[in-house]
Amino acid sequence: MGIVQIVAVIIILLLLVKPLGTYLYNVFSNEPNRTDRIFGGIERGIYKLGGLKKREGMSWKRYAISFLSTNIVLVAFGYLILRVQGGLPLNPNGIGEMEQTLTFNTVISFMTNTNLQHYSGETGLSYFSQMAVITMMMFTSAASGFSVAVAFVRGITGRKTLGNFFEDFVKAHTRVFIPLALLVTLLLVAQQVPQTLKPTLEVATLEGQTQQIAIGPVASLESIKHLGTNGGGFFGANSAHPFENPSPLTNVIEILSMWMLPAALPYMYGLFAKNKRQGWGIFTAMMVLFLLLLSLNFYAESKGNPAINAMGIDASQGSMEGKEVRFGIPQSSLFTTVTTAATTGSVNNMHDTQTPLGGITPLALMMLNNVFGGKGVGLINMLMYAILAVFLCGLMVGRTPEFLGRKIEAREMKLIAIAILIHPLIILAPTAASFLTDLGQGAISNAGYHGLTQVLYEYASSAANNGSGFEGLADNSTFWNMMTGLVMLLGRYVSMIAMLAVAGSLLRKQPVPETIGTFRTDNGLFTGILIGTVLIIGALTFLPVIVLGPIAEHLTLR
Amino acid sequence: MENINTELSDHEPVSKGAYLLSVVRLSAVFIILCGIVYPLASTALAQVLMPSQANGSLLKNSEGKIIGSELIGQNFTNPALFHGRVSSIEYKAEASGSNNYGPSNPDMLQRTREFIAKWKVDNPEVPIHELPIGLVTNSGSGLDPHLSPASARVQIPRISGLTGISADKLEELVREHTEGRDLGLFGEERVNVLKLNMALSQLSVK
Repeated sequence: MGIVQIVAVIIILLLLVKPLGTYLYNVFSNEPNRTDRIFGGIERGIYKLGGLKKREGMSWKRYAISFLSTNIVLVAFGYLILRVQGGLPLNPNGIGEMEQTLTFNTVISFMTNTNLQHYSGETGLSYFSQMAVITMMMFTSAASGFSVAVAFVRGITGRKTLGNFFEDFVKAHTRVFIPLALLVTLLLVAQQVPQTLKPTLEVATLEGQTQQIAIGPVASLESIKHLGTNGGGFFGANSAHPFENPSPLTNVIEILSMWMLPAALPYMYGLFAKNKRQGWGIFTAMMVLFLLLLSLNFYAESKGNPAINAMGIDASQGSMEGKEVRFGIPQSSLFTTVTTAATTGSVNNMHDTQTPLGGITPLALMMLNNVFGGKGVGLINMLMYAILAVFLCGLMVGRTPEFLGRKIEAREMKLIAIAILIHPLIILAPTAASFLTDLGQGAISNAGYHGLTQVLYEYASSAANNGSGFEGLADNSTFWNMMTGLVMLLGRYVSMIAMLAVAGSLLRKQPVPETIGTFRTDNGLFTGILIGTVLIIGALTFLPVIVLGPIAEHLTLR
Repeated sequence: MENINTELSDHEPVSKGAYLLSVVRLSAVFIILCGIVYPLASTALAQVLMPSQANGSLLKNSEGKIIGSELIGQNFTNPALFHGRVSSIEYKAEASGSNNYGPSNPDMLQRTREFIAKWKVDNPEVPIHELPIGLVTNSGSGLDPHLSPASARVQIPRISGLTGISADKLEELVREHTEGRDLGLFGEERVNVLKLNMALSQLSVK
């Protein structure tokens, strides 16, 4: 039954890709279509409130500045609210203000779509903060990323301009995230996810003890948490908490919510490129890598932890430490793989407790950072690797490489090299730095090889803007708040700005006509080369540290 | 050297000040829309349409008193009741989570060995190779309300001995409370421990 239910979810996803991708194309191609009639009125109202009368196409620099300045305003607002939340309304549990470095970390974490949480929702945030800061940033960060991805696609497919950031940002909200979030919220409430403003409940249990039960406006956060590939939980235990994710059915809804938009983006790209096979090629590469890593996790978790299995108990359920009975191995394993592929970072089981080999899956997906990926960023990263693959093939046969009819030259390759290299740099360098200091080492809760993995995971998660954690790490300290805050900033903005620059630069070039000698990027051969490129670059940069962490732990575990 | 296509649009007739004001105004719109209107509208809809689900799926006993949520596990210590899974937070639901022990963590291995040793003393009738791993391990949330049917059944000899209720009757009880996979496909078969114990208490009273 395990594999059957995984396959069923994947089939539902495949069925969603085409209609959703087409819808996204209609929304962002800026050609008149039926959706204008439904949403046009509301959008005109928003443009008016924002003072955006003219919405012309932007240069890449202007697009990047608009994207950054909007994010800066929202970060400033979020910082302010968290620092004074104690005195604001909707705080029935009397939560005090958040500490400075933790606030710094938290607002960056949510604005960069990372949702790394060094606080615990039950005790760290008022309901007002959960709504006006956390839920709000879950929308706006996802819409920001989506807009940049669309602009990038417009650039490399040779549209007239990259588009207007504000228009994309508004439409991502009104036509994608808000309607979908309302729908998913109601589905989740119907399946018993709470949505209330009442304070923590107090009950007398069956055995007569007192039990306090934290509750709140959970469903409205839960829906956008997944749709926007954000991942930050209302509660400390995230989607393992029975109020956030009460049943296998809600688990499937949450998996599809975070997976369907990233999976539909390659199809949208194919429509922009006026060649659907371009989109399917990218999609196939992502799906192959996804299935490889899913299999590894499913296999390792089903087999379980040899050290526990050796104690002679009935271990047929698999590795159940840190997992929930209702999900079992299949729904946990699929969730882990999707949440780290789509850079959501919500967890329905504790990644820290997974078997060493199983734990490689989330780690590797964050290190690759291009298998589906978060709102838009995964597609950008995979296209970046596609251009790199074209470049490598061009070198091998001695032709100027072309991608979608435009020459790839030194400027683009330099920018892509920056974007590709920054990722391992901001994972590996801070990991090493943390081991050189007592501040870094002091946070490790699982000694030995697993401790290395804990630190590595924290930075991989920050750099990939994923936000899940090996949560044993005692990471709410000034050192960790500042380090991961900076890594999240670099991980988000450096590659996005570099890629907008690539898009701007490609847009400026004269298209070259396709000839018989053109290297095709819409066939199986290219998909294979793309997968190879991703794996080779990934292995060259990260294999040594994976050997030192999870593989060493696996070999010593008996 | 700026590009020809976008050159024109770069000359927007707006000043820097007006542009920044626009950014702030647009941000304010979305703070209100996504941060306040959306969650409050969701709450209103949920409370009107589905109040029971929206308020935490609470369970009442026969006297109508709320004794917990069917979704949140409880800490059962009475050996005559079914016990839930290991929870480092003892099912204190004002928080959630676990110790996040890695697979090679000596504390986790020690905890597991101690649990098994204690289990042997409390349940001498059951051979250790029948003890399911789900019962021995800490759930991710620390609040797992469920057990696998096997993890419930394995406790029957102990409970039967202490309460005098026949093993057959308890088997029947577990079977009645076993929930299947969702839509017959997703997730795992499971037993809600709180509901099971509520029914068991009813049996003991009779």
